[in-house]
Formats: sequence, C-alpha cells, structure tokens
Amino acid sequence: MTALDNFREETRAWLEENCPESMRTPMPEREMPWGGRRAKYPNPDTKVWMDNMASRGWTAPEWPAEYGGGGLSKDEAKVLQEELARINARPALTSFGLWMLGPALLEFASEEQKQKYIREIVNGEIRWCQGYSEPGAGSDLAGLQTKCEDKGDHYLVNGQKVWTSYADQCDMIFCLVRTDTSVKHDGISFLLIDMDNEGVEARPIKLISGASPFCETFLTDVKVPKENLVGELNKGWTIAKRLLEHERSMISGMGMGAGAASMGGMEAVAKENFGTDGDKIADSSIRQAIAEHKMDQQAFGLTLKRASAEAKAGQGMGAAASMFKYYGTEVNKRRFELLLDVMGTQALGWEGEGFDSKELSVTRSWLRSKGNSIEGGTSEVQLNVIAKRVLGLPDA
Amino acid sequence: MALVLTEEQTMLRDMAKDFFTEQVPVTNLRKLRDEEDDLGFDKDVWAQIVELGFAGILIPEEHGGTAFGPMGLGIVMTEAGRTLAASPLYSTAVLGAGLILAAGSEAQKAALLPKIAAGEMLTALALEETNHHNPVNVAMAAEKSGDGYKLSGEKKFVIDGHIADTLIVVARTGGQTDEAQGLSMFLVDAKAKGVTITRTHMVDSRNAAIVAFDGVEVGADAALGAIGAAYPELENVLDLGRACIAAEMLGGAEAVFDTTLEYLKERKQFGVIIGTFQALKHRAAEMFCELEICRSVVLEALSALDERRNDIPRASSLAKARVGEAARLITNEGVQMHGGIGMTDAVDMGLYLKRARVQAQMLGDSNFHRARYADLGGY
Repeated sequence: MTALDNFREETRAWLEENCPESMRTPMPEREMPWGGRRAKYPNPDTKVWMDNMASRGWTAPEWPAEYGGGGLSKDEAKVLQEELARINARPALTSFGLWMLGPALLEFASEEQKQKYIREIVNGEIRWCQGYSEPGAGSDLAGLQTKCEDKGDHYLVNGQKVWTSYADQCDMIFCLVRTDTSVKHDGISFLLIDMDNEGVEARPIKLISGASPFCETFLTDVKVPKENLVGELNKGWTIAKRLLEHERSMISGMGMGAGAASMGGMEAVAKENFGTDGDKIADSSIRQAIAEHKMDQQAFGLTLKRASAEAKAGQGMGAAASMFKYYGTEVNKRRFELLLDVMGTQALGWEGEGFDSKELSVTRSWLRSKGNSIEGGTSEVQLNVIAKRVLGLPDA
Repeated sequence: MALVLTEEQTMLRDMAKDFFTEQVPVTNLRKLRDEEDDLGFDKDVWAQIVELGFAGILIPEEHGGTAFGPMGLGIVMTEAGRTLAASPLYSTAVLGAGLILAAGSEAQKAALLPKIAAGEMLTALALEETNHHNPVNVAMAAEKSGDGYKLSGEKKFVIDGHIADTLIVVARTGGQTDEAQGLSMFLVDAKAKGVTITRTHMVDSRNAAIVAFDGVEVGADAALGAIGAAYPELENVLDLGRACIAAEMLGGAEAVFDTTLEYLKERKQFGVIIGTFQALKHRAAEMFCELEICRSVVLEALSALDERRNDIPRASSLAKARVGEAARLITNEGVQMHGGIGMTDAVDMGLYLKRARVQAQMLGDSNFHRARYADLGGY
C-alpha cells in the first residue's frame, strides 16, 4: 500500500468520525459557513464541522502547516477533495480570506503577519472583505483616492470604498490606500483595517436583484496600527494585482451549474415548456440554442482542466485568469438569458403567488449574473489585459 | 483525459511544424491553383509526407505504419492546416486507413494498409449525395448480382475523388433512405467499368469530385465490413474524420490569428499603429479566447478517440461545431482587420477564409453537430 493509499484510508476514517451527518446534505444559503466574530450558526453542526476541519488545517489543505494550514501535498489535497466529494460534504469554510487574501499574504506578508492572519483565516475566526473599488475608481482601479497619512505611530485613513462584499457582516477589510499622491500605481499601499475601528461605517447597497451583498464603506479619520501594512509602503499595487488573479479565478467559476441545475436542467425545463417530439425538444431553435450553450459550457470546463494540467506540467496558458474571468462570466450570463427564453413568464416573477421558490430564484440569479462581468474587473478590462499582456498589442 | 501533449507527441508536432512551414508553405497551394495542376496536389510533397511516416500514422507497425494513433494524426493535421497544405492526408491517411482498420477483414488489412503507409495507394470516401452532410441519407443502391454486387447511383463532394486509386463507396443493400440499417461499404477500383469521375473545382482550390456509378460490378470480397450493417464502423471513422478536420481548421485559424495580430502591430493609420485601437484590441482578445477553447475541444476529441472512450460522438461533434464557429469568426475578422488588402488575392486571408468554409461543410456543419449533440444528450 502506498503512502497515498494510507492517507486516503486515514482521511476516510477521520471524515467518517468528524463530519456531522447534516453537513453531508445540500447547503441552504443561510447556512453558508462564512465564519468570523459575528457569525450566527442556524445549524450548530456548521460550527462543529468548521472547527473539526480547522483543527487539521484542512480548511486550507495546501497552506503551510507552520501557519495553521494543512501542509498537504497536491496529491494529498486531491485525495482529501475526492474523499470530501465522496460523502457529499459541504465546504467547512467559505471565505474571502481563503480564496483571495490568504494566498496574497503567504506571498507578501511578514512572518508576524502570516503567523497571526493566516491562522485566523484557517480557523474561520475573522471574516474578511475587500476594499478595492471607490466611487471614482472602478475599472480604473489604480485611480483610487482613499488617503492614508503617516502620523508617526499610526496611519490615518480617510475615504470611501464601494462594492465591499458583505462589509456589514465582516470583521476586517483588506484595503488599497493612497500613500503617495504624486504618482499613480506606485503610490498605492496594502493595508489591513479592523471594521470595529472608530470611523468605519458600512452601508448595504440594494441591487437590481433586490439583494444587498455589497456595501459602501466609509472611512473617516480611522487610526490604523503601522504593523497592519502588508509589504512595503507604495508597493501595494503588486499585491493588488496578484490578489485580483485569485479573485478572477474565483468569479469565473461562480454560479456555473446553479440556477438551471436547481430546475432539474435546462433541457428538462425546455421539454416541459415546449413539449417533445420523441426525445427531442419540440422547438428546434430552442433545442439548437441549448446545444450551443451546453457546448460552450463543456468547452469552457475542458479549458479550465487543460489550464490546470498545463500548470502542473510547468507550461503556462498566459493571462489564464483574465481569459477565464471573461469567458466564464459571459457564458454564465448567456445561460440565464437562455433560461429566460426557455421559461418565459415563469422566470420573470418577483415575489408572491404564481411562482415557486425555484422560479423566483432563477429571476434573482439572472439579475445577479449581470454583475459577474463587472465585479473583479469588467469583461472589457479583462480583454484589455489579454490584449496587452498576452497579445502584446501596444498602448495608445 | 490527456489535454497536455506527451514528450513524444510534442516532438511529432515540432517535426510536423518544421516540415509544413519549410516544405509546404501556402505558396505551394497557390502554385497548384495558378498552374491548374491536374492532380491538385504535389507528388513530391506527398512522397515526403510518406517518408515522414504521416501516411501510415494510424496504421499499426505490423502493417507498415507508425502507430501514433488519432492524437498523433490530429497533431499533424493541425500543422498541415496552418499552411493550407494540399495533400491526400485526409482522404487516405485519415478516412481510408481509418475505415480499413475499423471495418476491414484481416486479409484486406494485410493487403491494403501497407500500401497506404507506403504511399502506393490513395483512397476517397464516396458518401454524400445531397448538399448537406448526412451519413444515413443514402439512396445509392448495391444490388446483389451473382456472387457480388452491382452499384448504381451518384456521389458528390467526394474529397480527392479524381486522384484516388480506390473508392470506398457507401451504398444501400437494404433499409430505407435515412436509416442506418442496411448500409454497406464497398472497395471499388476507380478505373472499374461504369465509374465516371468528374473533378469539381471548389472555392478552396482543393480536390473534390462527383462520382457516378452506372451498374458497377464488384465481387463479394469488395465488401468492407458487414453487408447491411456497416454503419457503426462508418460512424466511428466519420468521428475520427470530424476530429481531424477540426484539428486542421484549428491550424488554419491559428495561422490567420497570428498573421492578423502581426498586421495589427505594424499597420499605421491616423499616424498610429492600428493595434492601439481598443475596438480592434478587444476583438483580437476575443479571438485569442476562442482559440484556447478550440484547442481544448480538439484535444478532447482526439483523446476520446485515442482512449476509445464511449463519448467519442459527443466529443467529435463538440469539436467540429465549436471550431467551425470559431474558424468562421476568425477568418472573417482576418479579412476585415486587414482592410482593403484583405480582399486581395495577394495576401493569404482569402485562402484561409475559403478553406474554412469548405472544412465547415466536411462531415457536417455546426448546425448538424449541434443537433447531433442534442440527440446524444437526450434532448
């Protein structure tokens, strides 16, 4: 028996022992394990499962064990993934700390910062949000103006951030701030700010979907300890860009399979709506459109797999994150538009009688999907990145 | 799933790339076209292709081949597509070798495969009867005649029909038009009595023909595969053909993209390089994404064939449809982004555009394959 087989056997036994039964069922949104100081656990097993996994560092399986991560090899992490999938385990922890901040800290933070923050992320103790965009700095992110002044023993921060995800429920924010106004990219620093600090206020923004996953965050005379600066002063843009790559990879896979899946698959919905001719959807143009879309989805999935295989083989696809962000979000938007065509008026209910909960969720998800090609850099910004970094097309 | 080439496959690709770039550049096709070459391909080039082992790339070593399998064949097709290399690779090394391997008796394999690998025999598949690919839409009849069969009917869009030594003819020994059941395949000597071959000149300057069969007598040993039940093997090899055309189309689209990108970096208008214009940058970036998607679906189809997986039909239809659409976009953009000069015969954009449209029709266009993909998906 190989070491990996041993690992699998041991992992399977441990999961059997430590993954509560209710954590092996589909996860309702309100039970998402975001962690943090203000977390509420409508299902107490959520917290048990998170703590059990965190105790082994398995919320972040491949992060170094010295900072609280699992310290697993790629192969071991894959085995863990497979074993988790085998029992349909829910994720033990979902967090921007895991997906975005952690990898950037591991690369750029000081030893003390890594000891503190990485461990907190792994354990789900701190819920992080992202302070990047500002009212005047969206696609032109480096135009950000939130001012950060050196006051000797601390920094003083003044400004406004926008599109801070769940800021009203978060404990800490990782922020891009301006520390030099005489230059653009080279005057930006990367700062960690506690949301409990005096002068920090988060106000939810109501979206077209009716939900408020994002906030405006106001920073007024906020005092921040100097040890909260990550990397060097004025070198924050490098960290910001790296973190954006993690964010783009995350968003590109977002929502794939949701929505239509909850309806039992787009084909089935189309058969109900249009009737069948043998096994075929009776409306041939809808049938072709669904096939075209499913081809795009399959082709995109294959390309993600290929990129990961190439990365392992030491070859690079180049600006892969931008391509995936662009293509994945555009496919996802088309999916919802097609679902609207397939479902007709039943995909256009807002609330109340006449629509079931799945139908209403399609409406809201369709509206939410519009943000996919805006957040984390618009589709147009991704195309700019590809044109410049991969294709080498010159700047104007 | 093998989405990354092995070391051996990478070497094969590099060898093929060097060969087609240096020995069979686009000027080779132009020469054949402009000189109205009778054969429509260059015999010396074909001899070199045979020498490199590409003609026998599917064929096992015991029959004189190089046994690189479908992935190896697809890799070579992509490189051939980059330079629009005109050769009987598709008709003979893909379809001919593929069909004999899949459906042939041991005696047929032993007799014919070494000839294909050695470049001594060219084949052509006589399948289509209508303007749109449909492998079961076969009306042509093969009637029992003595010990053998008598073939009557007409086939069109027979790729390499006028240069083939042996025609592989799909005809009906039973069943109705539009039924898979009742289809048979026959090996017919191109010079047999009653065979009339008319070369057609198509927009891509490559070879195709109309082949008429007027009571052509063949022996029982001419049957390739089971009488009345040849469709499963035929369909399997058509999927191989689809994956290989997708691979070839991908090569063409890559070449158009590379050339167009260079042009965007050197052409000046309004006093600036046109590649600085965002309207063009974004379209170039979209083409880049499309090409990455195409590489994935082509590798997937070839892997499925290599591994004899049960999703070969789905993967082949995905590749043929998806690359077909991308090649349409990219060849159109290639012409458009070159502007006026893109409309001239002096640059190669038009040649790639024309070839891409013929390739799109070969063994089914995107509509055909989307419908098939839906069929296979049970909707």
